[in-house]
This record gives sequence, structure tokens and C-alpha cells, in this order.
Amino acid sequence: MDLRYTDAQLAFRDELRDWLATALPEVAPEPDRHDWDARRRWDTDWQAMLADAGYAGIDWPTEFGGRGASPAEHLIFLEETERLRAPYVGVNFVGLGHAGPTIIAEGTEAQQADHLPKILRGEEVWCQGFSEPGAGSDLASLQCRAVRDGDEYVISGQKIWTSFAHIADYCELLVRTDPDPEIRKHKGISWLMMSMDSPGIDIRPLDTVLGSSEFAEMFLDEVRVPVSNRVGDENDGWRVTMVTLSFERGTAFVSELLGSMKLVEEAADLARQVTRNSATAWDDVGLRREIGQIAAELDALWALTKRNVSQAARTGIPGPGGNVFKLRYAETRRHLGDVSARLLARAGLGIGETGSHSRNDPIEERIYALSLKIAAGTTQVNKNIIGERVLGLPKG
Amino acid sequence: MDFELSDDQAALAEGIRNLCQGRFDIETIRGFAESGGVDPGRWKELGDTGVFGLMATEADGGLGMGLADAVLVFEELGRAAVPGPLVGTFLAASAVPAALAGDHVVSLVEHTADNAAGPWMVEHLDAAASVAVLGAESVSLIPAADLAGEALPHPLDVLTPVSRVQSLADGQEIGGPEVAADWRHRGSVLTAALQLGLAEASLELGVAYAKEREQFNKPIGTFQAIKHLCADMLTHVEVARAAVYAAGVHFDQPDTGDAVRAASVAKLLAGQAGDFCGKACTQIHGGMGYTWEVDVHLFLKRSWVLDTVFGDADDHTEAVAAFL
Repeated sequence: MDLRYTDAQLAFRDELRDWLATALPEVAPEPDRHDWDARRRWDTDWQAMLADAGYAGIDWPTEFGGRGASPAEHLIFLEETERLRAPYVGVNFVGLGHAGPTIIAEGTEAQQADHLPKILRGEEVWCQGFSEPGAGSDLASLQCRAVRDGDEYVISGQKIWTSFAHIADYCELLVRTDPDPEIRKHKGISWLMMSMDSPGIDIRPLDTVLGSSEFAEMFLDEVRVPVSNRVGDENDGWRVTMVTLSFERGTAFVSELLGSMKLVEEAADLARQVTRNSATAWDDVGLRREIGQIAAELDALWALTKRNVSQAARTGIPGPGGNVFKLRYAETRRHLGDVSARLLARAGLGIGETGSHSRNDPIEERIYALSLKIAAGTTQVNKNIIGERVLGLPKG
Repeated sequence: MDFELSDDQAALAEGIRNLCQGRFDIETIRGFAESGGVDPGRWKELGDTGVFGLMATEADGGLGMGLADAVLVFEELGRAAVPGPLVGTFLAASAVPAALAGDHVVSLVEHTADNAAGPWMVEHLDAAASVAVLGAESVSLIPAADLAGEALPHPLDVLTPVSRVQSLADGQEIGGPEVAADWRHRGSVLTAALQLGLAEASLELGVAYAKEREQFNKPIGTFQAIKHLCADMLTHVEVARAAVYAAGVHFDQPDTGDAVRAASVAKLLAGQAGDFCGKACTQIHGGMGYTWEVDVHLFLKRSWVLDTVFGDADDHTEAVAAFL
């Protein structure tokens, strides 16, 4: 076990720090969160800056235009950019983290040439059309139907949780190409690239409990997608999707976690400022210990992240550590949100009143923490996966 | 950066695990209750293997390894629920060659401002040759024969006999403030490693039972209520493991993180893992979990005993908060 960075890794960090010192002052102020055109521009401008400097697709292989960084360098990249509050991946998330890696792994050379350079430069924004109203945790039961008509698929159905749908250029879309109920349900699915300009797409925003509107419902009415836009074989889309997930190298929550470690420091500062029983809240040993517990858990999760990254670097596949991380992280973040709200008391009755920037409003973070036990696999499904795939318990 | 075990470390952990499975199986350990929790012959085997001299210099007859290596060994000792004053003897090994060799059992008692007047609860007094007194500013060694203790008739952990000692005789000082701080630091991390191992023992026992025990014509592990309890145990274990290993590495590689803060995080989370997993494993066993026959109570009670040394959850949440 060795937590020291190598000379090469330290050199990578120094070079990155030098670049960030010159690049970040050129970044425009963060736009209003409801101004989606401005948000897209802000996120994609940053992506273009990363591309010019050679940091775009940090973990993508070099033959596809990426940096080809090791997991440890990826960790350093996320650590440094979060430390200096560089723009987050934002609307580029699906393209860089999901659609791009899928096209790298399973796409044709033409598909790779068409899309990868644009994703890397922030010129093509992607959204994800996976979930449906009737297919959430049970994603493989999806019903959105694609019927072959010559060299096109004609697609009708409904998708949900399609983040950034209204500003995206392309959608990674899972459709049912074989409706035969006799075959196993995840055998009849295909993975398509759908241009968001296609006629027949109706997008309706879906407001979150935060009052933000990145979610959308997407209604597809006889939308035509060329068969050449299929990635992987027909009816093999489930496997294509699973291959993508195996790209995860333990770094998914690094920025978030480092942000949380700042939030707990800020909670401690807040406790020193607010009054409780004629003293500060920090003088209240119960509150102080609760904050200490949360800080300890975040420290341990940072250590777990390094274990997960190291394991992925050695084996090339994600281990169970990611599932474990997500379970505990969600609990810890909820606890942090609750303690922060107790510190603010009635000063916390407004969202966005207390934070100095978009990533540290304690009340917003408290509400956001609700999503951590739901998004990308609920806590309950996650526990089933750990129980069955890691611990070998029998399926129910 | 590679936080996975090196080949040497993996071999070290496997070697100790094999030793424990062969020489410290749970039936053998249960038999130690007759001899005060320490069997001199088996204790000597630990010494011969080098367990107590892992971190002692080669000049002192040790192996010159790091705390991260020792953590892996203590995790395995915990998993096997090996009883006895392992941490006290380990810490004393640099000063007492016979302790390093496994010929001299050293119990440890903390002398803090909160219990300056005693009485002191001394573990394994009958088996010990010496008692190390860890004070705020010094460490001293007292021959166990010089201490009068009244053995508790029913110790919490049957394999950890405890004596109530009303006065501590003058001992021989073997270290000053720096040594005391070092003992507290490494003692916290190694105790956390024992608790991590105990948590894993409960996890393994609970999961095995969930696969084998049938009710309503199916293994109880098919039920999500049980499955989720098992997943929660694994989560506690893996988070604690990361914390305990990190505490070991930060001690050996000071530039990589604050080792003192990491020691508190490790002791806190490993203690909580030992408690959670012990209780969850008890629950999965149902009525059998409440019987003497099932081993889980040995793991849970040992973890509770270890909660009382080198700082408990209250101490370590405070210690971490002090860094904020």
C-alpha cells in the first residue's frame, strides 16, 4: 500500500496547476441556473478550453483523442479542478462519461469519427434516453418501440429523467427492437444515437424538488433514426450498455466528495458563528461530535476512493467498492444536510440565501442529498446487488 | 499511488490468516477461557512468528516493518478473535525483548486524568508478567506480581478477564511524552485493526448463516430484509477498512496525510463497524444469536471491550472535530 504520488504524477499535477492558474481567470462568471442557453455555453466553453490544453477526455484512450491518463492522474485532475472550483463537467457529462466511452468501445470507425472529436471539444452535447415511466430500477423492462422501415428505425414511446434534453444535440437511446414476450426481456434492446433535431420529439421539462429544470420527459412519436446510427448489433443493446458501465474507474464521485469535505468545514465555521444557549453551537459538544462524525466518514470515503481507484487501475474493472461508496456517501451527505439545517434553524428557510456560490448552499445541498439515494440505482437496488453479486446471497 | 496490498503484504496477511486458522480456531480459543484467555504455548507461537516484533528494528530482533503491515496482521488476529493483550505486548516489544519473543505477556492500562485516582481495570492480570501504564506524559512498566487485583467474577468478554486494581505500584519508566504519544497513536490504529477483523468475522458468519438457514422453504438470505442487513455490514467493513489501512499508511508515509487525524477516524469507524456487524449478525441468527453456542457474541463483546481503550467514539469524534 503506497499513497505517495510518483514523480511523473507530481509533474502532471504541477503542469495542471500552472495551466489552471492562467485558464481560470479567463472563465466567465457562472450563469444563472435557469438560463439554459447560457449554461450550455459556459460548460461547453470550458470543455473547449480543456480540449485546447490537452485535458479533454482525461481518461479516454489517446487513439480516440483523449489524454489517456491513468486513474491516479484522473484523481489528481479532479482533485485540482475541484480545489480551485473550476467549472464542473455539467452538460458534457453524458457525452464524456457515457455516450463517448460507449462509442469508443462498441462504435464503428465512422461513428467514432463523427462524434468523438465533437464531444471532446464541447461541440456536441448528449442526453440519455434510458429510463421510462414503467422502467426505472427495472430498466430492462423498457417498452419504447423501434420498428425497422428500410434503412431507418421508426421509434415511438416515452422516456423520463432525460437530463439536458432541451439543449442536447444527440440522445443515447435504448429502444426495444424485438417485442417478442417469449424472449428474455434484455435480449431485445438496441442502443441508438438519435439526433435531437429529428421530427417527432416532444420535450417537457420536469422540475426537481430543488426547483431546477435539468430533467425532462421526452415523448417520441414516429421519430426516424437511421439504422447506421445503431451502436452494436440489433438486440444487443443491453450488453452495449453494460460494457459502458464497466468504464467506471472509481472516480465518479471524486469532485462531489471533495466538495462535501469543504461543506463540512463550512458547517464547522457556521457552528462557530451561530448562538446556542448563550454560547456558540460549536461549544455544544453534541453538535460538535456530530460534525466530527461526518468529517470522519468523509475522510474514510476519501480513503475508500483511493482504494477503488487503485483496484480499478490494477484490474481494469470496477470492483464492489463503488456500490459501497455510494451507499455510505448518501447517508453521510444526508446527515450533513440535516446538521447544517439545524445550525441555520430559521435562517435556513430560504434556498440560496446563505451560500457564497452555487456549490455550498447548505439548504440546497440538504435537498440535493435526497437524490443521492435514488439516482443511478436506488439504495435498495444497490443493496440487492451487493447482497447477490458481492456476498453471493441467493436471489429472491 | 497504489493503495492495494503489495505482494509482500498480501503474503503476510495470508500467512497470519493461515496461522490463525490452524492454531487459533474458535474451538481452541474458547478453551482459553480456562487459562485466563492466554495460552502460553500459543502465545509463544505468535512471538516465534514475529507478530510482536513486526515494527521493532532488526537490531532489536524485530522485522522492521511499517504500521500498515502491522495493521494487516492485527486485522487477521481480530478476525480470528485471538484473545490476550496483543496491543500492549506489541507496543512493549521494543523495550522488553522477552515480550517480543512471546515469552513475556504485557498488559496495558491507560492512566488518564479522568481515572487518576483509580481503580484501574486491568485485563489479563493473571497471564501478564508486566503491566504497562500509559500516562499522558510517560510509559512505565510494573511487574504484574506487584499488583493486587480483584478479578471480576463475570467479565463482559469471557476471554478477556479483568481485575480491579486499587493502586498502581511504582514502575520503571520506559518512555517519556514522545513515547506515550507514539503508543497512543499506534495503539489506536492497531486496536482499530482488531475491531475491523472482528467486524469481518461477524460479516462472514452472518452471511454464511443467511445462505444456509431456511425458513418459509427458502434460505433467509433470499429475503431483502436480511440481504440488506448483509449489505449494510459489508459497507461498514469496507469503509472501516479504508480508514484503518489509510491510518497505517499515513503513519509510515507522513507526507500523504495527517496520521493523527487518520488514527482517530480509523478507531471511530472500526469500532462502529464492530458494533454494527456484531449486532446485525446476532439479528440474522434470530434466537440462536442470543445463545452462548453461536460465536457472534464473542466478536461483539470483544469489540465492545476494545471500544474502551485508546479512546471511544466520543473521544474520536471530538478529536476529528478539533481538526475542522
